Amino acid sequence: MNAPLIRLDKVSKTFDGTMVLDELELSIKENEFMTLLGPSGCGKTTTLRIIGGFEKPDTGRVYFEGTDITDLAPNKRQLNTVFQKYALFSHMNIAENIAFGLKIKGKTKSYIHDKIKYALKLVNLDGYERRSVTSLSGGQQQRIAIARAIVNEPRVLLLDEPLGALDLKLRQDMQYELIRLKNELGITFIYVTHDQEEALTMSDTIVVMNQGYIQQMGTPEDIYNEPENAFVADFIGDSNIIDSLMIEDKLVEIFGVKFPCVDTGFGRNQPVDVVIRPEDVELHPEGEGRLPGVVSHIIFKGVHYEMEVMAGGFEWLVHSTVCHPVGAKVGIDVDPFNIQIMKKPESEDEEAVGVNG
Amino acid sequence: MIKFIKRFYLVIMFVFLYAPIAALMVLSFNSSKYMSRWDGFSLKWYEAMFSSELIMSALKTTLIIALLSAVISTIIGTAACIGISRMKRKPRAIVMGLNNIPMVNAEIVTGISLMLCFIAFGISLGFGTILISHITFCIPYVILSVMPKIKQTEQSTYEAALDLGASPVQAFFKVVFPDIRPGVLSGFLMAFTMSLDDFIITHFTKGAGVNTLSTLIYSEVRKGIKPSLYALSTIMFLAVLILLVIANLPKGKNRELVKEN
Amino acid sequence: MGKKSLAAPYIVWMAGFIVIPLLFVFYYGLTDKSGAFTLENLAAIASPEKVSALLRSLKLSVLSTAICLLLAYPLAMILKGLHVKKGSFVVFLFILPMWMNFLLRTMAWQTLLDRNGVINNVLAFFHLPGINIINTQAAIVFGMVYNFLPFMVLPIYNVLIKIGDDTVEAARDLGADGVQTFFRVIFPLSMPGIVSGITMVFVPALTTFVISDLLGGGMVLLIGNVIEQEFTFTANWNLGSGLSLVLMVFILISMVLFAKYDKDGEGAAV
Repeated sequence: MNAPLIRLDKVSKTFDGTMVLDELELSIKENEFMTLLGPSGCGKTTTLRIIGGFEKPDTGRVYFEGTDITDLAPNKRQLNTVFQKYALFSHMNIAENIAFGLKIKGKTKSYIHDKIKYALKLVNLDGYERRSVTSLSGGQQQRIAIARAIVNEPRVLLLDEPLGALDLKLRQDMQYELIRLKNELGITFIYVTHDQEEALTMSDTIVVMNQGYIQQMGTPEDIYNEPENAFVADFIGDSNIIDSLMIEDKLVEIFGVKFPCVDTGFGRNQPVDVVIRPEDVELHPEGEGRLPGVVSHIIFKGVHYEMEVMAGGFEWLVHSTVCHPVGAKVGIDVDPFNIQIMKKPESEDEEAVGVNG
Repeated sequence: MIKFIKRFYLVIMFVFLYAPIAALMVLSFNSSKYMSRWDGFSLKWYEAMFSSELIMSALKTTLIIALLSAVISTIIGTAACIGISRMKRKPRAIVMGLNNIPMVNAEIVTGISLMLCFIAFGISLGFGTILISHITFCIPYVILSVMPKIKQTEQSTYEAALDLGASPVQAFFKVVFPDIRPGVLSGFLMAFTMSLDDFIITHFTKGAGVNTLSTLIYSEVRKGIKPSLYALSTIMFLAVLILLVIANLPKGKNRELVKEN
Repeated sequence: MGKKSLAAPYIVWMAGFIVIPLLFVFYYGLTDKSGAFTLENLAAIASPEKVSALLRSLKLSVLSTAICLLLAYPLAMILKGLHVKKGSFVVFLFILPMWMNFLLRTMAWQTLLDRNGVINNVLAFFHLPGINIINTQAAIVFGMVYNFLPFMVLPIYNVLIKIGDDTVEAARDLGADGVQTFFRVIFPLSMPGIVSGITMVFVPALTTFVISDLLGGGMVLLIGNVIEQEFTFTANWNLGSGLSLVLMVFILISMVLFAKYDKDGEGAAV
């Protein structure tokens, strides 16, 4: 394994007495697309701003290629930021915006000119040099903000919810665009978002954060398929989180019904949380399956039907391509591989820290 | 019908506002010394005005003080706005409350308080005390016109400039200042005209021997109106008109000015 | 970021030239010539001559504030109704006279209202009887209204133009007729502007000594004149400061009365 490009060492930060980050440890590899994901107030933006140099941690250090950059001013760092609301300079035209950083560094005119052309081509806005910022749509402004950052050839690009202000269709287009850009530039992206879908689509590594702690870190597949605690399971996609009893290794009791599973090492007769994704709940005709239930609600979502099924006094969320009308009696079953067992947190604080993480 | 009433009302108000000024202008060209008689067109009051050392020196003092107090209060005020915007809520509320005092308080009280203070500290009244007083009552207006612009300015544009390699000073002049410039300009203009127009505070803080136009006009008018003052009015009105038209030339600017007044 | 220190010169300046001077007014107002504490300077307001000056000031300033409001509100409504481009030009015309020197504007009214002044000359030309209001309270009210009218128009106008057409349309949509829309929606929404207009007119009108000097011909004494004379003629600073404190109490009362309407301070920043 290579040494990390950026490393946060026990970084803590409080604002007005509120703990935002608590001894955060984070390593980012060269050429990684890392996403900090979490609800608002989880500390993800603060983490990004500490890396960018806009906030100083109260305690802890930040390292860039092994060098301590904690006290380095933002204008001296080898990284650039794409701001949430673009932060374009409205009194300058597009070319002047993109040239800003290069002019400060005293680059030659022809170099700047070439760079502007290159950057605009990269973000598919050739020929926009003379346009004013205000004449652009949100998506175009976003691209200019990216162009303005990347002409400085940063080692790392920090993106703070860059797609938050765009509408759904545009957001999806820009996700592909960003992946393409990242591959073409071959630099590290650190991306902040509260949108789990965005995170799953683009990232190499996702860091799920809550209340200043890292809840789980891993590939999108890991995070989605094997959430380590109820917070992650609940935050990433829809899921059914059920109080259950671990009878023994590879056997769990859900609403009094025994389900085989694949997890081991939880002990005998231990209370646990079980996570089952809605698309993993199998609905069988009445009498089949392990747990009987009644469909109480159904919505057509295009790709699938979203149903709510009352079973064992619990409202199961179920995604299925097969329609079961409201009132239909069904039997629920789940493949052992799709049952994810999580240890119960023993206190609220522990819940925030993420006991398994 | 309603449209007619509206028009009529507007016209009446215009007459009310402009009749006195028009009267002064007409009388300034009257060769008679008496306002009750029209003796024909003459420019002699303009001559009298320009050759009056009193008026000319008062004009000079007025302009110098207006310019200096506008520049100084704009610098202090703009810097203060940036500082205040970084403050926490409570100190900010206290400072902004302080800022309101000279605007809410009666000018006569402000004038008296400054005069008492200057005398108590043994500062002799004159040009310097007028300047200090004018800066004092101008700063709040600068703050009022710059503050909203600072609030509108996204912290992130400043940070974006730093991010792209600018030093804090470069970031301020290249990115923040262009954003707040309209506010700073209108603050400067406000300060300049407030100073130009002030009488009451100057009256108490000027001491003997120094006169601004306002204090000069006051003492002259109490002795009896001389037609050279009509000439002065006409010139001042035209000067203000030209100044405002120039200041408002860029499109849409005068709406902004109106809003910020 | 250390940028807070940019406010330091300002804070020092305001402390030195606003707060400390005001403390001097309190000091002088609450002491006698020998420096001993006394309330006599405040009590002096009760003397018949000063009470009548104060009451006169209150009467004239309330009257001119009311007239300003009555004239300004319809004006602001008309201005709001104008097409944007034309509106801003007309508004510009309305504030233009305000940029002219305050003393010259007041002097102009002296010229107009004088017994041999412009108005009487015009009236005489049409063989109409002349008016004789110079050096009366009426002339002072004229001067106050003329000088302070823009201070009433602007805040009201600024609040009115912020009321969106959709707000008015919503009121109509919900069944309000024109009059109801005005009294239930537009007028309440314009309250901050009215309040700041009232304070911006009332305070200078209450405390003026220039307008009464020039248009009252020294015959009509207002509280401002009384205080001014204590400083410039009689040189009794203690008494002058004491009366100033009384005046400040009235300003404070009017502020408090209106402060509850101006919750968001929208109008104050005009």
